[in-house]
Amino acid sequence: MPLDTNFTNQKFKQVGTRPLRPDGVDKVTGRAKYGADYNAPGQLIALVLRSPHAHAKIKKIDTSKAEKLAGVKAIITSADLPDLTAGDRGMRDILENCMARKKVLYDGHAVAAVAAIDQTTARKALKLIQVDYEMLPHVTDVDEALKPSAPVIHNDIFTEGVEPTPTKPSNNNKRASFGHGDIVQGFKDADVIVEHTYKTEQTHQGYIEPHACVANVSPDGQGELWVCTQGHFVYRNQCAALLGMDISKLRVTASEIGGGFGGKTHIWTEPLALALSRKANRPVKLTMTRDEVFRCSGPTSSTSIDMKIGAKKDGTITAAHGVLRYHGGAFPATWAEFGAMTAFACYDLKNVKSESIEVIVNRPKTAAYRAPSAPMAAFAVESAIDELAKKIGMDAVELRIKNAAKQGTQSSYGPVYGPIGIGATLEAAKNHAHMKAPLGKNQGRGMACGFWFNFGGQTCCDINVTPDGTVTVAVGTIDVGGSRASIGLMAAEELGLAYENVRVVIADTSSLGHNDMTDGSRGTFSTGMATIAAARNCIKVLCARAAKMWDIPEDAVVWEDGHAKPAGTNAGNFPPLSIKEIAAAAGNTGGPIAGHNELVADGAGVSFATHICDIEVDPETGRSTVKRYTVIQDAGKAIHPSYVEGQYQGGAAQGIGWALNEEYIYGKDGRLQNAGFLDYRIPVCSDLPFIDTMILEIPNPNHPYGVRGVGETSIVPPLAAIANAMSNAVGVRMTHIPMSPPRVLKAISNRKH
Amino acid sequence: MSGVHVSTTINGDAVEFVCNADEPLLDVLRNRLGMTGAKEGCGTGDCGACSVTINGRLVCSCLVLGAEVNGAKVGTIEGMAKGDQLHPLQKNFISHAALQCGICTPGFLIAAKALLDKNPDPSEEEIRFGLAGNLCRCTGYDKIVRAVQATAKEMRGA
Repeated sequence: MPLDTNFTNQKFKQVGTRPLRPDGVDKVTGRAKYGADYNAPGQLIALVLRSPHAHAKIKKIDTSKAEKLAGVKAIITSADLPDLTAGDRGMRDILENCMARKKVLYDGHAVAAVAAIDQTTARKALKLIQVDYEMLPHVTDVDEALKPSAPVIHNDIFTEGVEPTPTKPSNNNKRASFGHGDIVQGFKDADVIVEHTYKTEQTHQGYIEPHACVANVSPDGQGELWVCTQGHFVYRNQCAALLGMDISKLRVTASEIGGGFGGKTHIWTEPLALALSRKANRPVKLTMTRDEVFRCSGPTSSTSIDMKIGAKKDGTITAAHGVLRYHGGAFPATWAEFGAMTAFACYDLKNVKSESIEVIVNRPKTAAYRAPSAPMAAFAVESAIDELAKKIGMDAVELRIKNAAKQGTQSSYGPVYGPIGIGATLEAAKNHAHMKAPLGKNQGRGMACGFWFNFGGQTCCDINVTPDGTVTVAVGTIDVGGSRASIGLMAAEELGLAYENVRVVIADTSSLGHNDMTDGSRGTFSTGMATIAAARNCIKVLCARAAKMWDIPEDAVVWEDGHAKPAGTNAGNFPPLSIKEIAAAAGNTGGPIAGHNELVADGAGVSFATHICDIEVDPETGRSTVKRYTVIQDAGKAIHPSYVEGQYQGGAAQGIGWALNEEYIYGKDGRLQNAGFLDYRIPVCSDLPFIDTMILEIPNPNHPYGVRGVGETSIVPPLAAIANAMSNAVGVRMTHIPMSPPRVLKAISNRKH
Repeated sequence: MSGVHVSTTINGDAVEFVCNADEPLLDVLRNRLGMTGAKEGCGTGDCGACSVTINGRLVCSCLVLGAEVNGAKVGTIEGMAKGDQLHPLQKNFISHAALQCGICTPGFLIAAKALLDKNPDPSEEEIRFGLAGNLCRCTGYDKIVRAVQATAKEMRGA
């Protein structure tokens, strides 16, 4: 039965409480199994040989010496991964990213892989593989790559989205434009205009668990893959396609995941492990080192953004125009488009235009990173709006409230909004105690807003009632941060069971239908929707069984408080039947009791946040410290508030790292110079204060419980919030992220002279 | 390759193993002894996910050789609970939602226990600096610090 997905404002008994997560004990005792914690009997250890060059032609790969080394069981190059992608450019790029074909396109690009009896042997074998390279000129900077003098990385890329299509290839694979109104007239109408170019450096998701998998492919064409991933079904589909396997023959089991943040939505080493296993006819374990995670997984884009915003003296924004250049790494992508779509989404604008320019550079293939592309665009927009407020002499919050989008606003990226929370988060910020707290010397306060779409997608769920009346819920979305608890709460709520009587498991790919990734903040939204539907379908079966036990019509039974009851006195006078009683009789009433659901979760509710932060800047060193931080965000409905708070805090912390410290540093040779946690410094415990949170609940009308999704928006405002705080603390307007001590010190000394 | 024979005590149990001379303790624990509670996040001592104690001292097991623990007492996450009784830190990490993905959690628990063993009444700042060798990318550390504060209070009987 299809689910009525409309929000019904029901009163909850369990949703909104904070029970213990069901996987908690496993995770505090070391028992939970992550990617690298699994071993198969007889497994080989695999290592990958990677390019030390940013851009080079592969003239020859000689593996003969390595093959002769005792203990080496298989070596693969691109020759072992024939191109089966049949004209699908996206899949071909994935294949080429997993293993370089004719050229290496970035420092760290895989060129060969070895499986051997142990790591020592595999390491020796890598050293025996000889690769002859012909060096090519490279480009790693997003602006440099667009210059006519830049080396062209792919000679078959002709800019999409411009008329006529260029006849010469370039590093700009696509342009797009969003908006409405007349910005030329809008800027004429403005009393004040702010215009800057903003830059942000490339960052990494920085999950603590490196990618790891164990592949096991047999000569009969069947295979298994154990892997840490945000989407085991998608990994299955893509790996099977690249290896020429039937999708059904490859069973993928998702390990516990040690962080992903978008970075574990793409395959890298998994096809290599599968190909090695197939060649060696042995299980193969492949784990990335931290150096490899930085050099050759999928960090985010570096960007360069031209931003121009004009307003009247009363604070009304008359026009906004952005040109956003984002790199996608060494392959064509559309990350700038996401940036352009999100840039102005917080505001109700009459005249707005945002243009995206996608750029290809000699860096690893960009992957999603939490609200991908939105933080950089928000940095530019929210910095410019703050400056605009200063120029007009208006309070920064008031100016935003005046221009905030509301229900019925046509968004800058197209859709007309339903009920949304930007206005409510701004009002809450305005009235928050944090806004009134005193500040010390060299301290400043800043605020900024952020937006993320949230996604839905393909999802399914199986609920099975066991013979003792407790229930298992099988879902296909990975639990990245407590979703088993929120799914369990929703199933318990619907069925009227105690939360402790529901066990949620992540099914492997052979036990459930296809599920999209856990990305786009969709886990609790879409799997919740499927779980609610499956539970309601299960209740129909439970009622039918009770009807059978009472020998009355099915429609004369209702479900209340976890019990089947006669619908009225006409239906009969029977004492209520519990799930336990109905389950115990199942063998005589039609067999096992279950509820299923498969759906495309449409209607994801857009999400908004406003952040407030206080920083202190040391004018002697340029070092900044966050002294106080407050996140205010609309959750739609917080199913398990502790893990909603956790998402708010975690996103803010990542944003703080991005704003102040984190950046990929490439040398002139095109090689990454800081591929480790010592030199790529993410925030540690002593860098941060407590992060206060305020959960607003403006229901998503398209979800039965009002859920919007909470995972991503929290990383969007921090870059600008901190830049705005810096401007208020020491009077420098930083337009280049990260605001690392040397950059800030330089800005302070320029200010003095 | 000739191995090094090592006799040690892990979580109170006598353990013997043979390892390579250049093999980190972390690899011995994970690959030879099947104790995968200590995690490898970096292999360079920067993330603390592999934290264990040696004779009560907090170390990154990726920076210690297996051969070095001969005759020592090693403590790992697998030994933190006593039978079916979780350590108060373990209980409070769960009840305070101090973990999201959980990969850093064993390291944090070992580091937090080492901190509280030395300093039963740490200030917030002492907790933050005491745990600064352990990276967490999910939580922003807020709920971790609160869980440690709650545990310290509970263990002091306050």
